[in-house]
Amino acid sequence: MYSEKVMDHFTNPRNVGEIENASGVGTVGNAKCGDIMRIYFDIDENQVIRDVKFKTFGCGAAVATSSMATELVKGKTIYEALEVTNKAVMEALDGLPPVKVHCSLLAEEAIHAALWDYCQNNDITIEGLKKPKSDIGEEEVEEEY
Amino acid sequence: MEEKRFIYLDHAATTPARPEVVEAMLPFFTEQFGNPSSVYTFSQKTKAVVTKCRETIAKSINVKSNEIYFTAGGSESDNWALKAAAEAYAGKGKHIITTKIEHHAILHTAQYLEKRGFEVTYVDVDENGIVRLDRLKSAIRPDTILISVMFANNEIGTIQPIKEIGEIAKEHNILFHTDAVQAYGQIPIDVEECNIDMLSASGHKLNGPKGIGFLYIRSGLKLRNFVHGGGQERARRAGTENVTGIVGLAKAVEAAFADMDERAKKECEMRDYLIDRILSEIPYVRLNGDRRRRLPNNVNVSFQFIEGESLLIMLDMAGICASSGSACTSGSLDPSHVLLGIGLPHEIAHGSLRMTLGDENTMEEMDYVIDHIKEIVAKLRAMSPLYEDFVKNNSYE
Repeated sequence: MYSEKVMDHFTNPRNVGEIENASGVGTVGNAKCGDIMRIYFDIDENQVIRDVKFKTFGCGAAVATSSMATELVKGKTIYEALEVTNKAVMEALDGLPPVKVHCSLLAEEAIHAALWDYCQNNDITIEGLKKPKSDIGEEEVEEEY
Repeated sequence: MEEKRFIYLDHAATTPARPEVVEAMLPFFTEQFGNPSSVYTFSQKTKAVVTKCRETIAKSINVKSNEIYFTAGGSESDNWALKAAAEAYAGKGKHIITTKIEHHAILHTAQYLEKRGFEVTYVDVDENGIVRLDRLKSAIRPDTILISVMFANNEIGTIQPIKEIGEIAKEHNILFHTDAVQAYGQIPIDVEECNIDMLSASGHKLNGPKGIGFLYIRSGLKLRNFVHGGGQERARRAGTENVTGIVGLAKAVEAAFADMDERAKKECEMRDYLIDRILSEIPYVRLNGDRRRRLPNNVNVSFQFIEGESLLIMLDMAGICASSGSACTSGSLDPSHVLLGIGLPHEIAHGSLRMTLGDENTMEEMDYVIDHIKEIVAKLRAMSPLYEDFVKNNSYE
C-alpha cells in the first residue's frame, strides 16, 4: 500500500517531539476525521527555521507526511518554507495512495499554521499567508473513562 | 528484535481451511467431477454426496434438509433473504425492521429497498451493542413484514437476544431473518427454538472454503426465486452446484460442531486473558461490546489518543494480523458504524483494535501480542498531539 519511503518515515519518524517556548506552533485537522498534526518551529533572528518538531494523531501516511514536511523545512527561511507544497512532500515520499493525498495537504497546512503563528507573534505580514482554517486548540479534550 | 513471527488474529475476516476440509474437496475437482443434474450413475454419486452434505448442515441448526439452499456466501444469502422477502410480502406491507449495527450486506440491501419504496427502521443498540428490545417492539407497525437482526456482531462480538426477538416476531406474525455469519459454528444455534424463518451463514468463517454459504428458508415461505435458470436448489437458486465448496462446507461444519465446546473454552480463555491484561496494563483503554454476551473469539478495544491504521501497520511489522474500525481502514471518512452505533465518539472509534481468535492461536502468542501492543500504543501516544494536550490539561489541575 505504501512506498518504502513512507514506511521509513512512519516507522522512524524524524523530528518527533515538542519545542518549549517555540517561535510558532500550528495545529490542523480534527479528531473527528482521524487526523491531527501539530508543528513547532524554533526560528532564529534571521528568520531561519533552526529547529522543527511535530506530533501527529493519524494513519501511517499522516505520520510520514508530517515527518517529511519537517525535514523539508528544516534550515530554510520562513519564505522558503512557505514554498514547500503538499506536492513536494508527496514527491519526496515517492507518492501516496490516492485516498491519502489529503494527509499531504494537512502537512502543508500545518507548516502554514505554524508560520502564521510565528508571524502573529512577531508582527510580520507575509503576502499570501492566510490564517489557518482550523485549530483544535479550542476543542475539548475527551474525558478519560 | 526476535525472529519474524506470524500471528493471525483476524478470524472474523476469514479463517484457514482445515486440512481435512481441503482433502475432502480434492476428489471433486478431478475424479468425481460429475454434474449432479446428469442422469448417469457417475454423476448420481456426486448428487448423493451433495444431498448428504445438505443433511449435515440442516442437522447443525435443527432444520430439514430441504430448507437449506446453497449460495456463494453470507452476502448473497443476506441479499436474497431481504430482497425476496420484501418482494414476496410487499402486498401485506412495506416496512422492514433491522438494526444500526448490521453488516453492510444487510444495511446496503436495506438502503436499496428504501430506494424502491420500502420503509426501514434501524433500531438502536445499547452501549454494549445489544439490540434494545423495547425499541424493536415499538418499531413494529401493522405493515411490518420483516425483522432482520444479526445473531452476533462481526466487529464487537455481541450476541443478540435472538430467542426473544424470534418470539416478538412470531407474536406479531412477522418474518424473522438472522445474519448468523459470525455466530454459526462458534456457538449453538437452534432455529426452531428461536423461531427463525431465514438464516444466513458462510463457509470461510468456520475453517471452510471461501465462496460457499447457505440460506436457510423455513418451508412454506413463499419467496421468489433468486437466480433463474435450471432446477438446482429447488429452482430457487439456479446454476450447477459448487460441489467442491459444498463438500468443503459440510466437512467444516462437521468438524466445527464436533469440537465447538472445546474450541470455545480455549478461545474464551485466550480472549479473557487478552482483555484482562490490556485493560489492567494499558491506561486510557476501553472494551467495546458486552463483556459476557460475547463471541468466544472476539476482542475489541479502543486506545484513546491513537489512530487504528497506525496501530495495525505497526502490529503487522511485528507479524500480527488484526483489524480496526478507524476511518482509514474502513475506506471512508467515518469510522465504523458499529462503534458509532454503541455511542463512541469519533476519536475513540478511530483508535479501535479488533482481534479475533482461532483454534490455532496459543496463550504464548497472547503474551507476545500484549507486549507488542503496549510498546506500540506507548510509541504512538508519544507522538500524539491529543495525548500531549491531555497530559498538559491534567497536570494543571
